[in-house]
Amino acid sequence: MSKTREITVTVNGAVYRRAVEPRLLLADFLRGELGLTGTHVGCEHGVCGACTVMVESDSVRSCLMFAVQADGCRVETVEGLAAPGKMNALQAAFHEHHALQCGFCTPGMLMTATDMLKKYPLENDDAIREGLSGNLCRCTGYEHIVAAVRAVKAKVTPGP
Amino acid sequence: MKPAAFDYVIADSIEMAVASLADGGGDVKIIAGGQSLVPMLNFRLLRPSVLIDINRIGDLAFIEETGSKICVGALTRHYQLETSPVIGRHLPVLASAMTHVAHLAIRNRGTIGGSLSHADPAAELPMMALLLDAELHIASASGKRTIAASDFFVGALTVNLARDDIVTEIVLPKLPPKTGWGFEEVARRSGDFALAAAAATLTLSAGVISQARIALTGVGATPVRVAQAEALLVGQAHEPGLIDRIIDAVRAAIEPDTDLHASSDYRRHLAGVLAGRAVSAAWRRANESAT
Repeated sequence: MSKTREITVTVNGAVYRRAVEPRLLLADFLRGELGLTGTHVGCEHGVCGACTVMVESDSVRSCLMFAVQADGCRVETVEGLAAPGKMNALQAAFHEHHALQCGFCTPGMLMTATDMLKKYPLENDDAIREGLSGNLCRCTGYEHIVAAVRAVKAKVTPGP
Repeated sequence: MKPAAFDYVIADSIEMAVASLADGGGDVKIIAGGQSLVPMLNFRLLRPSVLIDINRIGDLAFIEETGSKICVGALTRHYQLETSPVIGRHLPVLASAMTHVAHLAIRNRGTIGGSLSHADPAAELPMMALLLDAELHIASASGKRTIAASDFFVGALTVNLARDDIVTEIVLPKLPPKTGWGFEEVARRSGDFALAAAAATLTLSAGVISQARIALTGVGATPVRVAQAEALLVGQAHEPGLIDRIIDAVRAAIEPDTDLHASSDYRRHLAGVLAGRAVSAAWRRANESAT
């Protein structure tokens, strides 16, 4: 075990101070140290997207970042999308459109969709599919996930 | 699937980063975006004893327009290149290429210095550096130097960097007036590395092509320019027979490997088709910009 470093990370608005080994992945920090197990760990090499979180308002793979690198940063996880017992518009759309079955990919899908809704025009389903293509779902066939994102997009940009 | 232990150093300047590299005796790795490095650490394909984190060097992330050139700091993220108005105006082919790099979460984090130094044989950015006649600025404990992209890529995952070198900046000449571009890629899935990709720029003068550049990636150990095909274009106007000769010249110039993802023959076939499409798109855009 190498020596630990003390870090301060603001996760979903709460400030956490912990001593961690440099090799601790941000995903494992969130789950193991903070108990925020909504962030899921799938492939651990940046392919499946299940561990996607926001760091300083940009989506990142938390399996490709070390917790020490998030020192001083703001992190948002799926737990921060809405207050306990509530759902934000995107989560409600996932519920409404049956956009999840086993739920393993869902936190990553939600965080990815949050960032792409913010950054891209998503003018058609091809663009939505392209944006979601870095997140693997083995249950739904993606149709309902695309429908959920499309529904949120329609709400945030009303037509002429 | 978890990295081996390492010591972690935050460099707050390039000087500190290169001094730490020189002190480390080769068992040290720079971490920038980490989008290629961390998977290798997680798989324990690499077990450096020290990681030097350069993410906090603020003056390494910039996109600046200076006269006929665009200077881009090594810590600039792919997403910044993709969406920069300066890049969009002067190097639209580069912005287009960036949309093919992995996925948003990767582009948010991955850096241009990292991608160039890593030099994956199917990556887009090394090919863009070659296409656009880029120059790389490199720092080490013993000083600074510049190197042309054409001298930088040596082999698969191998570049012309010494152990204590670090890429600090890439300088790209703006596309000349009356220049069109094309970028074409085929990957098995959206965001995957290219099975093959081709990019072209054509500059027009008096209705014919005065300068042509064609680059390919995914068809060998390094990205390549296809000088034979470029020479066929100069002095010519677009016509189907010319595109056929370009396709033949591209296919004759490369010797792609067969691997799990595609056979050598298929890659050669693709490279020709994609180069033909990229040249045709470049011709169309060059004429649009000329009118």
